[in-house]
Amino acid sequence: MREKFDAIVVGAGASGNAAAYTLAKAGLSVLQLERGESPGSKNVQGAILYSDALERIIPDFRDDAPLERHLIEQRMWVLDDESFVGTHYRSDEFNKPPYNRYTIIRAQFDKWFSQKVQEAGALLICETTVTELLMDGKRVIGVRTDREGGEVYADIVILADGVNSLLATKARFHYEIAPKNVALAVKEIHFMPQETIESRFNVSGDAGVVIEMAGKITKGMMGTGFLYTNKESLTIGVGCMLSDFKNQKITPYQLLEQMKEHPSIKPLIEGGEMKEYAAHLLPEGGYNAVPKVYGDGWMIVGDSGMFLNSVHREGSNLAMTSGRMAAETVIELKGAGKPLDEKHLARYRKNLDDSFVLKDLKKYRNLPTVFHANPYFFNTYPELVNQAMHEMIKVDGIDKKTKEKNIRRNFTQKRSLFGLMGDAYKLWRAFE
Amino acid sequence: MSTAKVEEKLFQNRYRVDTGRPHITIRNAEICTNECADQQCTVCCPAGCYTLEGNGRVVLISDGCMECGTCRIICDEHRNVAWEYPRGGYGILFKFG
Repeated sequence: MREKFDAIVVGAGASGNAAAYTLAKAGLSVLQLERGESPGSKNVQGAILYSDALERIIPDFRDDAPLERHLIEQRMWVLDDESFVGTHYRSDEFNKPPYNRYTIIRAQFDKWFSQKVQEAGALLICETTVTELLMDGKRVIGVRTDREGGEVYADIVILADGVNSLLATKARFHYEIAPKNVALAVKEIHFMPQETIESRFNVSGDAGVVIEMAGKITKGMMGTGFLYTNKESLTIGVGCMLSDFKNQKITPYQLLEQMKEHPSIKPLIEGGEMKEYAAHLLPEGGYNAVPKVYGDGWMIVGDSGMFLNSVHREGSNLAMTSGRMAAETVIELKGAGKPLDEKHLARYRKNLDDSFVLKDLKKYRNLPTVFHANPYFFNTYPELVNQAMHEMIKVDGIDKKTKEKNIRRNFTQKRSLFGLMGDAYKLWRAFE
Repeated sequence: MSTAKVEEKLFQNRYRVDTGRPHITIRNAEICTNECADQQCTVCCPAGCYTLEGNGRVVLISDGCMECGTCRIICDEHRNVAWEYPRGGYGILFKFG
């Protein structure tokens, strides 16, 4: 028997769940296929949940979603080998409900989200890998799975299959991902008593802290490190562009080990029990790397569509929003009795263009090029800034004017005045 | 040294290995040995699945694979990595993710 659904959603991560939930809620028949043992068992994220994106899908998610800590403080550190220069932003505004951001543990959160999807009426089948798309000419008409007789059909197939985007690559909707468009991140989760976390990070109750880091921890590679507080655990990780990883000899786990040894980081994670090590690619190619995300009978959502804002470390909200918007486009077209073809699905891309998802990516579209072409940003400048700070703070009988001169000389020795000005200009243009 | 360390890390992870059916294979071992200058898969794989043997051969054991996709994407000059997801239910099973 040929089974046919209104929609098939491939993947039960943030974007797939958002799409499946929205579709099912509107009364469409939805089949969701997940290759993991349960939703979340294949998914890796930092992880920070941005309330706004989820609120627009499940307004009362706070009632029962498994949330770790709401974030009241953001620290940004620029690291040298032994030091860091940083800014901390902490506000009691963030300590008042409804909270804006939370840390989450994806395996638990995804199970919860998936429960909501199923309650909305979608059929979820786990332990099923989609191996290819079924085509009728140019049109996607269903999927083939690795189950026996596992061919299923639908009016629309929504690809929420994650950063590797194998299905769209195989179907030649886009090319294989280039190393310069993805970052590899590795992370560990360390468990420790709640009180230890609260005293180390100066928080109480369910409040939490985020530390984002850049500088010498990535050994000159374009990348960042992070440390997030969960209820009874810390997540620590580091990620760099694959194109940079490709040109050096440090393994990702050595990089993480070295970062954990940094004198400013080590005391924060001391005594924790490491319970999982994970790796994941992040689609950081930005606006210019976003592939075609719709066609006859298919749409791409989430990481698979490169919807990730690397500057602001946002991904799950772009994933959820793109999933929701894809679903809304389908609902609208179905309601109007229009075909789900390339011409009509174009409004999905238009809606993304008009939303923060692509507006934000567009804003930073030149940033990857600026950073890729410039090794100074992740090594030399962090070093110089830290040295300048050190010079100004250390009291050693040298007058401040001389100290200023030393700092200036240090800068121009490492990078010509024109180089410095050029970099500042490029950076300003890229962030403008 | 570094290999021992990654094994300790992977020991914390949960896997259901599809014995005898690796989801990643090297298409042509000769290319790795003779044509690939850097063999960066042996550096970049976060699970240390690729090791370089004395005779210049690259050996892949994918049991500890975290299914990130790094090896496939960095092999952009030779496209010598055949990469599929494991069968449904197999492979890494993240406890926390």
